[in-house]
Amino acid sequence: MTSKNTKRFEDVRPGEVLPELAVPITVGLITGGAIATRDYFPGHHDLEAARALGSPHIFMNILTTNGLVQRYVESWAGPLATFTSLKIKLGAPNYPGDCMTFSGSVTRQDADTRTVEVTLSGKNSMGNHVTGTVALVLP
Amino acid sequence: MADPQLLSNVRALVGRQYGRVYAWDEVNAPMIRQWCEIMGVENPLYTDPAFALGTPHEGLIAPPAMLQVWTMEGFHANHYPPGSTDENPYEVLKLFEQYGYNSVVAVNSELSFTRPLRLGEKLYYTTRLDAVGDEKTTALGTGFFVTLVMSHFVEKAGGDEPVGELLFRVFKFRPANAQPAAPAPAASAAPAKAKRPQPGISDDTRFFWEGCAQGQLLIQRCTACATLRHPPAPVCIQCHSFDWDTVQASGRASLYSFVVMHYPEVAPFDHPNPIGLIELEEGVRLIAGLVGIEREQLQIGQRLQVEFQTFDDALTLPLFRPVGE
Repeated sequence: MTSKNTKRFEDVRPGEVLPELAVPITVGLITGGAIATRDYFPGHHDLEAARALGSPHIFMNILTTNGLVQRYVESWAGPLATFTSLKIKLGAPNYPGDCMTFSGSVTRQDADTRTVEVTLSGKNSMGNHVTGTVALVLP
Repeated sequence: MADPQLLSNVRALVGRQYGRVYAWDEVNAPMIRQWCEIMGVENPLYTDPAFALGTPHEGLIAPPAMLQVWTMEGFHANHYPPGSTDENPYEVLKLFEQYGYNSVVAVNSELSFTRPLRLGEKLYYTTRLDAVGDEKTTALGTGFFVTLVMSHFVEKAGGDEPVGELLFRVFKFRPANAQPAAPAPAASAAPAKAKRPQPGISDDTRFFWEGCAQGQLLIQRCTACATLRHPPAPVCIQCHSFDWDTVQASGRASLYSFVVMHYPEVAPFDHPNPIGLIELEEGVRLIAGLVGIEREQLQIGQRLQVEFQTFDDALTLPLFRPVGE
């Protein structure tokens, strides 16, 4: 549950480590995430199509990864943190049956704009599915 | 080397702007709620009108990571809302395909947000082919990084407003190990766990790995002049004799130097991953993993003892653990 209290800029410690978040990767999450982001590419919902592409199973689409990254950072920062950027680099695919665990820490703070940068990774059994940075303006 | 004609054709496109792609739907609460439901996003600012009213936003806004969602084409490929451009912002990829760079993988997605989106707003984006890098060879193959920038706007009577940008980078490449896509076994529901890479074993090195499997650290010895050598090689570095046998090392050693791998994190290794250049008491050095020690406690010269661990039921490696003086 996202706390209804938003972190204030002054509350954030340099290098603060975010709590980890484990996200089980399921067929439901991959297909549901693809459709909720209006991405009907067959590799995200059709097992046969995914195999024809050389994948062992359907794989998560980028827009779902973005959504999960937002969830991870927002559940730490609170509801009124304003995202100014969400930049990711993609790595190992997310396949059903795996689990992706997010970890992250505060890597930059700018008092003038009350901006906090979080550097994060989402790791599955094959390595990092996603690495990236999110910039937030805090009240 | 890339074909000069291809490079010339590609460079002619860099900087090109492509026309508008409109959203099918205006920013709306049902799509937002369903997106939040599947993502597990529980921020009431996106779904609870009463909560949102009491915030500085004075009403529901869209989750920032949904920026791209509004303008997705949907179920029917290449079927965009009325008024959208017929141009293909990805036409540069087709040029590469004419020269055999047939594979593509997304590398970076960088969203930036100018302001939140509110219910009822109608989006469109325009695309610029921002950059095409020089030909590069990566683990995947040889090809080009192609960067597109999609600028998103909201239609307004008094002038359209920029709301955010997506920088999207793909690698368009010729695969390094082109293989026909082998269908996975039908029962492979779970992905295979990454395994330790296997060493390449030759006639010169086989004794070393067979020794490890027996729990013995074997070192090559020249039978002509008794010089020890490691890593294994066919010829003595002192007397050039081809004749050799092995001796079993005691496993007592000291740390000559070390590195600690922090990045990139590659499965199945633990990170940080300390790796030692280890001097055996017999006088030769070898490289091996260090176990049972924190990075802060690593010290040049510290005493170590070999131990053997078997990974994936297949590969036995010598590892070194600190011991008292």
